[in-house]
Amino acid sequence: MSAELIPYITEARPDTGLTNGKIGIWCFLASEVMLFGAFFASYIVLRTSAVEWPHGSSILNVPLATVNTVVLISSSVTMVMAWASLMRNDLSKYRLFLGLTVMFGFCFLGIKTVEYSAKFEHGLLPSTNNFMAIYFIMTGLHGLHVIGGMIVNAYFLFAAPSYWEHDRELLANRVENSGLFWHFVDLVWIFLFPILYLL
Amino acid sequence: MEARHESPAHKHAADHGHGHAHHEPGFLEKYIFSTDHKTIGLQYAVTALFFLMFGFTLMMMMRWQLAYPGVPMPLIGGLLGEARMPGGVMTPDFYNELGAMHGTIMVFLGVVPLGVGGFGNYVLPLQIGAKDMAFPRLNMISYQFFFVGGVMMMATFFMPGGAAQSGWTSYPPLSDINPGQTGWIVSMIFIITSSLLGAINFIVTTIQLRTKGMSFWRFPFFVWAQFVTSFLLLLAFPPLEVGAFLQLMDRVAGSSFFLPSGLVVSGQILPVAGGGNPLLWQHLFWFLAHPEVYVLILPAMGIVAEVLTNNTRKPLWGYTAMVYSIIFLGFMSFIVWAHHMFMTGMGSGIAAFFQTTTMIISVPSVVILAALFLSLWGGSIRFTTPMLFALAFLPMFGIGGLTGLPLGLTSSDIQLHDTYYVIGHFHYVVAPGTVMAFFAGLYYWFPKATGRKMSETLGKAHFWLTFICMNGVFMPMFWLGLAGVSRRLYDGGASYAHAQHVLWLNGVSSWSAWIMGAAQLLFIFNFFWSMRRGEKVDRNPWNATTLEWEAPSPPPHGNFVKDVVVYRGPYDYSPRGYSSDFRPQAQEA
Amino acid sequence: MNAQKLLFLPELASKHGGDLDRLTLYVHILMLILFVGWAVYFVLALVKFRASANPVANPDGVQSHASSYIEVAVVVAEAILLLGFSVPLWAARVDQFPAEKDAVRVRVVGQQFAWNIHYPGADGVFGKTDINLVDAQSNPLGIDKKDPAAADDYTTVNQLHLPVNKPAIVYLSSMDVIHGFGLQEMRVKQDAIPGLVTPVWFEPTVTSDDMKKRKGDDKWSYEISCAQLCGLGHYRMRGYVVIDSAEQYASWTADQAKAAAESGGDDEWN
Ligand code: HEA
Ligand code: HEA
Ligand code: CUA
Ligand SMILES: [Cu+2]
Repeated sequence: MSAELIPYITEARPDTGLTNGKIGIWCFLASEVMLFGAFFASYIVLRTSAVEWPHGSSILNVPLATVNTVVLISSSVTMVMAWASLMRNDLSKYRLFLGLTVMFGFCFLGIKTVEYSAKFEHGLLPSTNNFMAIYFIMTGLHGLHVIGGMIVNAYFLFAAPSYWEHDRELLANRVENSGLFWHFVDLVWIFLFPILYLL
Repeated sequence: MEARHESPAHKHAADHGHGHAHHEPGFLEKYIFSTDHKTIGLQYAVTALFFLMFGFTLMMMMRWQLAYPGVPMPLIGGLLGEARMPGGVMTPDFYNELGAMHGTIMVFLGVVPLGVGGFGNYVLPLQIGAKDMAFPRLNMISYQFFFVGGVMMMATFFMPGGAAQSGWTSYPPLSDINPGQTGWIVSMIFIITSSLLGAINFIVTTIQLRTKGMSFWRFPFFVWAQFVTSFLLLLAFPPLEVGAFLQLMDRVAGSSFFLPSGLVVSGQILPVAGGGNPLLWQHLFWFLAHPEVYVLILPAMGIVAEVLTNNTRKPLWGYTAMVYSIIFLGFMSFIVWAHHMFMTGMGSGIAAFFQTTTMIISVPSVVILAALFLSLWGGSIRFTTPMLFALAFLPMFGIGGLTGLPLGLTSSDIQLHDTYYVIGHFHYVVAPGTVMAFFAGLYYWFPKATGRKMSETLGKAHFWLTFICMNGVFMPMFWLGLAGVSRRLYDGGASYAHAQHVLWLNGVSSWSAWIMGAAQLLFIFNFFWSMRRGEKVDRNPWNATTLEWEAPSPPPHGNFVKDVVVYRGPYDYSPRGYSSDFRPQAQEA
Repeated sequence: MNAQKLLFLPELASKHGGDLDRLTLYVHILMLILFVGWAVYFVLALVKFRASANPVANPDGVQSHASSYIEVAVVVAEAILLLGFSVPLWAARVDQFPAEKDAVRVRVVGQQFAWNIHYPGADGVFGKTDINLVDAQSNPLGIDKKDPAAADDYTTVNQLHLPVNKPAIVYLSSMDVIHGFGLQEMRVKQDAIPGLVTPVWFEPTVTSDDMKKRKGDDKWSYEISCAQLCGLGHYRMRGYVVIDSAEQYASWTADQAKAAAESGGDDEWN
């Protein structure tokens, strides 16, 4: 990339006090908020205008989802610790915690797969009713975000050494940003869980 | 500051020494997979111009059916196959395909990519003194998303179901049951993604890559316009993306987000679960599509401001007021969307709210337009080709905007909703308005991109023909609309009693459109001819003040030979007691 | 000259339409003033300040605050049109429905590509409908004949009869996609949305016969035009409206009731 042309990749611009990447990720998250915001709004509209709407817990597997919630939250924690150990210049710890984060991601997806296949077996499909439909589209899209976050984290896991030699600051910045995204994905789930499974 | 400004970049380059500058880029890297904002800008511009022309061509075909319903179309009538045009007469389905695609192409593949992707990408970094966009590779990727989306959109014409035929608004249930819609949705998802990535890039670039001395209040108005536009794209598009996902589910996964219970289509009960809500789509769509229409106009306003000041040789009148207005416009555009839904059975409370916000949002536009008008006063006006187009924009946008008022009041909208009056209204803003402004921009920045000027003679001929024909096309629509002729009518209203006495106006529109189509050949010729043969010019042929004219024409990779520093506001024309009639932003005090 | 003529609007044939037209006229007057005002200034400026006539520009430009006053004036004018006219007129449309007893009530159900019209009959009660009973030919609305209330109901296709000078309430709906119920001369337009029933009301003031005389064309008829894109037949989704005098209407309803009684309430064809 024509990096020699572009300032403020690693250090903050004095008058804004921010790096390019930081503003970028916040803009991206803003649009993500609008995305999921629109989903939640649609959910409310559909639910209020529907004649009957099943009670989530009567169809979905609450225990599994609870486990998943715990998994995601812990993954956020390890994400923070990975970044922290990077700040403390501890590469091995960083790789350990980031590895854990990615692994938790796999856990989450694994459990989701179990849930999905159970639904399919019981013939519960998007065409069954709008509750199932919105369940699949919202959790499905959230799942895609999880995969996206995992890919990014995996990249920073394996590319870490080379970064480590060239530009530690850059690595730290980028890990911080991917962390922000990961926390967002986590946060979305914190909202999805109650509205789909509990309410 | 200068030192700090440079250090990270150098350090970084040193760190991993594999930047562009280090080896000669090959053809692919230079033209296809370039990360240079100028190349990408040109890619956007040319692709978008092609789409504009294509969308226009579709409409010229529709205009035949509107003017001469049922009469076989000469020449091309036979070429499009019996399926679409049996005996040279287009089928209603094909008419609807053309209509939906015209709207979609013009808005999402023509005007937005040209205004934001083209002009924005090329000019904005230059105007703020940046060497490139903040995320060059992301920039390339967003073009590629746009390109793929566009190609897919074209491809839908040749898919089994044909292209989408439910209007660019794609209202369900129709869009859920009509053929051709799936391809439209998938292409839209690509185009939306492209816009989102682009918007992020613009915002970061504008905030971070301003050169030394380029404070926000020294931005050329064009930069402000692009900056606000980016926020609209960033925040308004996601809801449409949601709508697209939901509609995709309805079509491929058999869900019924937009399908209420108990639908009976042509005597058969529709086999779906039901329980959905058709209006949900309209809210998701218009929540995007109203901000979107300001995305169509703001870059145009920016261009006009640049060309106008340069050719009146005087500062922009009321720059500050214009900036505040455009920001306010941006905010307001998020809370007026339901004025497109007045006739869906709105209670008096909600209707009162949305028509009030709609009246409020017209005020900043009035302020901006008035400021542009007043900027003329006291000027020394040069009637160059870009200036002619920029001047034409003012009354044209004025007419389009003014006709928005009766639409914005629920009670007068009753008679006008979904008639040709609406078509007239928004075309006056987007076609004689935005398209004319874009022509101004093309003629104005052409020398910067090619080092040559376009022919003034051809340009002026192109202007007058386009200007007259534009009005010939759209002015009659107001009468059609007031007479109550509905839009999207395959026969232009020929079967309705209340339309009989105005049907002849369809002929006027059509002939104007075809003549205007022919007139565009002047432009296309001028465009390509001037690339090779046009008059050679130096870096600042228009004696302009803004930074893009500090760079050589065409600017090299990295734009400026040496870092530019800004010492004053954007439009310091004819300063008192100064040797020349313009003082560039980068001119030391 | 009246609003209709000035604005090339269709003939007016409803009670509330006059107010709407007046508002439309006032808005257009405001638009015209702004347009002419600015256009005159525009031309003046272009001539006065062309480079040849004014080689050196004056960087200060306009000093007066006229424009601010104009903008304030525009705001005031818009506020008056909004609060003084549009909002109350709309409220009258959607909030102040006439009492059901002194109005004619019909269901109008859009369908690709026709308007089904359902009269409640003498008892003034609409019979139940059930989509499983829908039959494109004999029973497009799926009226349930076993429902006593349905016994005296009658339906027509694309034929809406209403008495003059009596409020009419139309309960709009659709069977398939969104249609737009438009009565040009009545200044009525409302989307017919599947899954929803949207009432609209108006009071016809001119009978079809009078309007024919006014037009000097005895084949002329009021029309229902579909305003919303609803598929390939959108352009031909046209219905007819007949505004009868009280007597005409009485006899027409009598015929309908009789026909309905004979054929068990599923007669479509008049
Ligand atoms: C660039 C695009 C653009 C712009 C800028 C606007 C601007 C406005 N629009 Fe428009 N609009 C569209 C594009 C645009 N619109 C499109 C595409 C549709 C149809 C979509 C569809 O259904 O397919 C639409 C439809 C539409 C509707 C829905 C109509 C219907 O379906 O029934 C409404 C209703 O409120 C509306 C209102 C307005 C208003 C109040 C403004 C205001 O912002 C206007 C403010 C501007 C002014 C008030 C001008 C002031 C001028 C002067 C004071 C000086 C005049 C001087 C001279 C003329 C010399 N528009
Ligand atoms: C930005 C938006 C935009 C633009 C610019 C236009 C431009 C034009 N539009 Fe379109 N139109 C829409 C958006 C737009 N339209 C939308 C959204 C609809 C509603 C669709 C629906 O119902 O769903 C619509 C509907 C619509 C209708 C109504 C159809 C119907 O209701 O059945 C008509 C009818 O005449 C029409 C005509 C035209 C014409 C004659 C132009 C002309 O002004 C065209 C002008 C264009 C040019 C002059 C092209 C110039 C380009 C070049 C010269 C390229 C040169 C190339 C190179 C140099 C490489 N349009
Ligand atoms: Cu029914 Cu258009
Ligand atoms: Cu709008």
